[in-house]
Amino acid sequence: QYVPVKGDHVIGIVTIKAGDIFKVDVGGSEQASLSYLAFEGATKRNRPNVQVGDLIYGQFIVANKDMEPEMVCIDSSGRANGMGVIGHEGLLFKVSLGLIRKLLTPNCEIIQELGQLYPFEIVFGMNGRIWVKAKTIQQTLIVANILEACEHMTAEQRMQAFAKLSER
Amino acid sequence: MKETPLSNCERRFLLRAIEERKRLDGRQSYDYRNVRVSFGADYGCCVVELGRTRVLGQVSCELVSPKLNRATEGILFFNLELSPMASPSFEPGRQSELLVKLNRLLERCLRNSKCIDTESLCVVAGVKVWQIRVDLHLLNHDGNIIDAASIAAIVALCHFRRPDVSVQGEEVTLYTPEERDPVPLSIHHMPICVSFAFFQQGTYLLVDPSEREERVMDGLLVIAMNKHREICTIQSSGGIMLLKEQVLRCSKITGVKVAEITELIQKALENDRKVRKEGGKFGFAESIPNQKISAFKMERAPVDTDDVEEQAEEIITKADPPLDVFAEPILRLPGTAQIGEGIENSWGDLEESEREEEEESNSDDVTASEDQKMEVEEINVVSETKKDDPIVLSDSEEEGVVILEPEKTSKKTRTHTNAKQENSSSKKAFNKKRKKKRATR
Repeated sequence: QYVPVKGDHVIGIVTIKAGDIFKVDVGGSEQASLSYLAFEGATKRNRPNVQVGDLIYGQFIVANKDMEPEMVCIDSSGRANGMGVIGHEGLLFKVSLGLIRKLLTPNCEIIQELGQLYPFEIVFGMNGRIWVKAKTIQQTLIVANILEACEHMTAEQRMQAFAKLSER
Repeated sequence: MKETPLSNCERRFLLRAIEERKRLDGRQSYDYRNVRVSFGADYGCCVVELGRTRVLGQVSCELVSPKLNRATEGILFFNLELSPMASPSFEPGRQSELLVKLNRLLERCLRNSKCIDTESLCVVAGVKVWQIRVDLHLLNHDGNIIDAASIAAIVALCHFRRPDVSVQGEEVTLYTPEERDPVPLSIHHMPICVSFAFFQQGTYLLVDPSEREERVMDGLLVIAMNKHREICTIQSSGGIMLLKEQVLRCSKITGVKVAEITELIQKALENDRKVRKEGGKFGFAESIPNQKISAFKMERAPVDTDDVEEQAEEIITKADPPLDVFAEPILRLPGTAQIGEGIENSWGDLEESEREEEEESNSDDVTASEDQKMEVEEINVVSETKKDDPIVLSDSEEEGVVILEPEKTSKKTRTHTNAKQENSSSKKAFNKKRKKKRATR
């Protein structure tokens, strides 16, 4: 179960669009609120194009146990910095929180090895959600399966798996 | 607690993947997940795992007075419970539509098909009959509750033993398990439900949908059949329109799947019976392994990487270049002394192995190759190595020498799903041969 922490970057799913704010499910006990002005280049006239069911990558600005968490898709200087609505293609899947932290360490081997296999885009949410997009559905599925399996494989098994894949 | 909503992204991806005949866990459209049956210490208690979906079944009995209009028949009672443990969307206490539907389907499948002989449950007509109660609890929801529940119900019923009774005139004596061995129920046949999920208005069909697939499906068709190919129940929900051919095709698939599952159940029941007879340890403590957070779940990992390899294979077999890539190393080989025609993995190709024999001149391997020829006929993997050639090189050499390439590629695509097993068994055979060779030297 994920507990929202201020400053954490997470992937959320928009559930309700209510006038000025969106309610976003982040996998915690409560849904986070996201204002429509919290996007890069958004003004009252220029509303961001967000629908119910879209994936959002943002960070928490308010996250304590007394209040409903709030998130934004813009950093302190007003730039998006990679946050915002995540594109329409690709696959979202869940892994454990520990694996996410391991994958986000600098110079993580798994990601580098995967990157040598084939090119793909990947977004990690600290709430356990990962979004992957590769050129074909097949490759996307492979990446997703490897990441899910990495949790239970030792380094040697991982090397073997990668070796087999890169042989082809 | 509400369950996580399905994002548009996921829905789109799942539908696109299904259009390309791909499933998230690497199965084919007609593949079932692994079914595992384990028994508890009591008779009539079992846990069925269909992938990650788990159902616990428990059968109990009691003597009651029969229904008024059925004085000579026993009573069967089924109860399926969806606890919040299974999925956050199940709330306790509330009778959801899904629950009612599942219960009704199970009842129709098991009671109306008369798989249990209710007349045999009668002790004294009109006065005392057995009431058999089957309780099913869903422990984890990962799709396809119906199949898992029906398997659990029928396995629990087959496994159950009721106390023996004898009637002398008006006296009824109920024996405890110590006095007389409990008696199994008389079961005529084993009906098993198979679910089919339909997508895009019936264009695409998947067997055994997982939870994600269930969320995006258009409709569901459930067919309950026994191994004698008799249909016990059919139910179609979701309001999709199915063509006659589709329903017939589904029923054929059901026949095949039910035969497999029935065999599995028989084997499990047989094993359990043997263990109990020999006085070995039985029950959940033995059969359900300890799952610790800190331990690596070795079981899962191989399955996942297998799938990944199969998927990768699909990419490769679709693309032509890899054959050319293999061709390169051929040139290097003639330089070395080891002119190995030896092939590691011939994909069970009979023609290849025969040609290998012709070209081999090493006396060392003549006898061995004869043995292996027989092996190949059993469609085991051939390994005829002369020296320690790495697998890839010898494989390619074979391709370079013989003009069997087109057939070979077609064979490859056909058997790609077996590639992993053949590869791994070829490695084993390779190692065995190595040891054999070292021994003979």
